[in-house]
Amino acid sequence: MRALRYLLLALALGITVPALAQQGTPRGVVSAEELEAAALRQGGIIAGRHTIPDAAQANLIQPEGKAWRDFHNVTLAWVGGIAVLGMLGVLIMFYMMRGKVMVHGGMSGRTITRFNLLERANHWMVAGSFIVLGLTGLNLTFGRHILLPVVGPYTFTAISEWGKIAHNYLSFPFTLGIVVMLLLWAKDNIPGRLDIEWFKKGGGLVGKGHPDSKRFNAGQKMIFWITVLGGAAVAVSGYLLIFPFMGTDVSDMQLAHIIHALVSVLMIAAILGHIYIGSVGMQGAFDAMGSGQVDVNWAKEHHNLWTAEQLAKRPASGAPGAQAKPAE
Amino acid sequence: MARMKFLCDADRCIECNACVTACKNEHEVPWGINRRRVVTINDGKPGERSISMACMHCTDAPCAAVCPVSCFYTTADAIVLHDKDLCIGCGYCFFACPFGAPQYPRVGNFGGRGKMDKCTYCAGGPQEDNSRVEYTQYGANRIAEGKLPLCAEMCSTKALLAGDGDMIATIYRERVSKRGYGSGAWGWRTAYRMTVGG
Repeated sequence: MRALRYLLLALALGITVPALAQQGTPRGVVSAEELEAAALRQGGIIAGRHTIPDAAQANLIQPEGKAWRDFHNVTLAWVGGIAVLGMLGVLIMFYMMRGKVMVHGGMSGRTITRFNLLERANHWMVAGSFIVLGLTGLNLTFGRHILLPVVGPYTFTAISEWGKIAHNYLSFPFTLGIVVMLLLWAKDNIPGRLDIEWFKKGGGLVGKGHPDSKRFNAGQKMIFWITVLGGAAVAVSGYLLIFPFMGTDVSDMQLAHIIHALVSVLMIAAILGHIYIGSVGMQGAFDAMGSGQVDVNWAKEHHNLWTAEQLAKRPASGAPGAQAKPAE
Repeated sequence: MARMKFLCDADRCIECNACVTACKNEHEVPWGINRRRVVTINDGKPGERSISMACMHCTDAPCAAVCPVSCFYTTADAIVLHDKDLCIGCGYCFFACPFGAPQYPRVGNFGGRGKMDKCTYCAGGPQEDNSRVEYTQYGANRIAEGKLPLCAEMCSTKALLAGDGDMIATIYRERVSKRGYGSGAWGWRTAYRMTVGG
């Protein structure tokens, strides 16, 4: 009688009564084991209704946390470890084989302005925050294996807690700096025909001689776009994590963390290469971001087309052997 | 030593939320923190079931596996606890937990999380048993007094069972064979990689 009433109701409303209602106990058949097994296979969530304000608590069982755990403990540890240590190894080997890239013509003592104060300040704002962000980020994955046994649990917690606060707050100067970088340098970093030639010749670091280059060569353009696009990816995914459950659920945050972590470790590897070339790897390169004044001979060798353009506008400052002065 | 577990018999749970209230009261859990909750699946439809859920004190606990500061530990009774003096409130345990058990008080700016809070199986924390500081940080330690978790102890329909895993599984199996139906032990496949015949 009851089944008939259900059937008539279903027909009247044009809906199908789930098969569950017509078999088993009057309350329908539900199996925890089957639901959990299905959720585990399909990456689903068993969710329902509840009466507390925290919406995230409606998820009853969510076995997909397993996938995130495997990513964090296995995949990320390997990818991050290989990317960072591998890059350090490559750089050390490269330095031993190639040595420091010298200015062939020797230093002239005359300089031209490569980066103005705004460009340098912005670069160091991004660089400074990136180093802290990178180290505190790596600490969350590797710290407990490397640092925790050395410093002990309470010191390690103090470091990690301050690291978390620094990581959250330094994201703001980092993001601002990335935007300013895009505005300052995007126009000089548009890929062109010269870049293909540059790659064919292996650039100034790997190959012999110096291919033609405007303000930025193809290698620098790569670093620029890795920084800007990678920086955008870590900023967006990072802010989703800084503001938990604001427009995201736990699956979104797991995905945001995966993107954030993978892009970050790859960026750290790329920036290690950038730091190498800008410091011990190449004579005269650091001045560009240090004093902003680069030696004319360095500029001619590494950025011949740009140097010619600059010298046509304004002669180099300082006589040979004299102290470099700002161009302004 | 026993292997402590929770088992919620969903065919008995009447969604009265007394377990939730008892837990909040016993441990003076702050606003916004829910160590235990009742979720109703298939609400208003055939197959509706209410399940009381908290930390399941998993075997090979995912929270402990991903914690960047290794603040978790497992007691001799297989209860998964954590040290709030070590927790940095990163939220990783929530990402890994299949039961949404870890809770965080909102502190400071943005979504700043404070130290994680979760069901302790009424077993307190690493501080001295039943000391004032243990109570403030983790709530009551009924296990140290030889008592079981309050949520299960005062469940009016005895839907929520707490105790040694083998013992409560046996009780549940007897119920199922007697009444002829049962939806199974919720979360057991995920938490302990085992099932109790439904």
